[in-house]
Amino acid sequence: MSARLSARDITLRYGDRVVATRLSLDIPDGAFTAVVGPNACGKSTLLRSLVRLLRPAEGRVELDGREVGSYPSKELARQVGFLPQDPLAPEDVKVRQLVARGRYPHQSLLKLWSERDEDAVTGAMAAAGVTELADRPVQELSGGQRQRVWIAMALAQETPYLLLDEPTSFLDITHQYQLLCLLAELRDQGRTVIAVLHDINQACRFADHLVAMRDGRVVAEGRPADIVDAALIKDVFDLPSVIVPDPVTATPMVVPTLQGE
Amino acid sequence: MSVRVRPPRSAVVTAVLAALILGLALLGLCYGASWASPAEVLSVLTGREHSVVIHDWRLPRVAAGAVFGASLGVAGAIFQNLTRNPLGSPDVIGLDAGAYTGALFALTVLSGTPAQLAGASVAGGLIVSAAVYLLSVDRGFSGLRLVVIGIAVNAMVTALNSWIVLRADLDIAIAAVGWSAGSLNGVDWSDLTVPFAVIGVLLAVMAAQARAMHQTSLGDALAVTTGVALGRLRLLMVLVGVGCTATVTAVAGPIAFIALAAPQIGRRLAGSAGIPLLPAALTGAVLLQGADLIAQALLAPVALPVGVVSTAVGGCYLIWLLTKEVRRA
Repeated sequence: MSARLSARDITLRYGDRVVATRLSLDIPDGAFTAVVGPNACGKSTLLRSLVRLLRPAEGRVELDGREVGSYPSKELARQVGFLPQDPLAPEDVKVRQLVARGRYPHQSLLKLWSERDEDAVTGAMAAAGVTELADRPVQELSGGQRQRVWIAMALAQETPYLLLDEPTSFLDITHQYQLLCLLAELRDQGRTVIAVLHDINQACRFADHLVAMRDGRVVAEGRPADIVDAALIKDVFDLPSVIVPDPVTATPMVVPTLQGE
Repeated sequence: MSVRVRPPRSAVVTAVLAALILGLALLGLCYGASWASPAEVLSVLTGREHSVVIHDWRLPRVAAGAVFGASLGVAGAIFQNLTRNPLGSPDVIGLDAGAYTGALFALTVLSGTPAQLAGASVAGGLIVSAAVYLLSVDRGFSGLRLVVIGIAVNAMVTALNSWIVLRADLDIAIAAVGWSAGSLNGVDWSDLTVPFAVIGVLLAVMAAQARAMHQTSLGDALAVTTGVALGRLRLLMVLVGVGCTATVTAVAGPIAFIALAAPQIGRRLAGSAGIPLLPAALTGAVLLQGADLIAQALLAPVALPVGVVSTAVGGCYLIWLLTKEVRRA
């Protein structure tokens, strides 16, 4: 397993609050990696450090052996794309205009809008299934549509890496699964996908590589089928459960044993 | 994809605003104590006739209206982008007042040469912007908090300005007061060459950064991860915004509300997402030229300071905007 993107002994903190200490992690190339863990375990913070939104207080985040902070901004942005949990759409922006913003790192003063940009935007909108919405104002869309538009913007960036912070949080269950299928498709096309996910069963079904975190530490990582058992779920989530095979995919499925009176 | 038959709306708006600027400029050259016909004006401009009134009195004033208006419009667009708030414009958050303090300092303490005026204005604007920024940073940055603190700082700096004027020698005080509302009365070419050059450079620098600035309307996280060097861009934006404001203030005094209104009007006209620079610049030029014509005509033959007109009109806009923002918050 090769890994171009990795964290080496990183310590992450916001001011005085330490979120993670000496954490190391390799992101397998071309795989779908899911990061799971209880609230405030540091999974979103870890993701932010991988896309250089948070500089580690100690240690390094490296892409191809080079610290991500040392890349010129646009050069890194052509490698690593990111979708935050609650992205902000500019006032009155139309879908196509927003998706086109993903082309920013490929442009410069001397190289403004090109055929290549046009194709990338059209292709990204088709892949995310938002071609029909091209001329609609983003503000008017439903949550599921809007999330697909943001994915299209990230796709237009054409990065080998796509990192997403809880991309399913504001979606209903159908749209959650549609989004995860889209991410799996992107993985099949050769991209490396890293997503913070809330739902452990969705993570087990869709991820090739699972990273389970608690209190800023990686408790376990590996193929879901190899690492997920009742003991791990107890360790990570403090939740008593039994693990059964998912009737559809045979991946591990966590069934909590807690029940009402 | 549909084939575009009509030119894009932003191009139409740009052309219309540019035509409006030229029209107002022509009107400004014709209008005065004695009316000059457009034909006369054109023959003076092409050098076939000579007229001190048109060439040395009216033309610099008209040019200043257009260039300073554009400069204020761009400064407003920059700060409204930085604060992500339509109220976050340099005149509201005290930068004009700070630049004026600098100019007053140059007048009263130093000898008041144009270079000193310009330098002290920029310094005053930078000090006030730093103060507003530091006072409003409290575990992270909030545009609305910066605006509210800026309004308070603006009031304090304006009071300080009054105190400086009261303490100054009579002749300086009279000059300073005539200028305190913001006025284009009596500007001539010798006042304008350096400011025009400075504004030209600042606008060119900002034009090169326009797309990066646009990208920041996606929020800090996406701006950075799509390749904007955010720290450097912010610093540049503050420097250009303060530079544009202070250069105008050094020559014409604090002309309020152009920077506040122009970016929002320009944005609505162009129908664009975010707050673009070019419509803001063009709208600013139209607004300042128009306000200056009204200022000259309203109580003619007495020419009012243009700031009186822009404040009277812009004040109504500010009240409307404040009520809207408070409702939103």
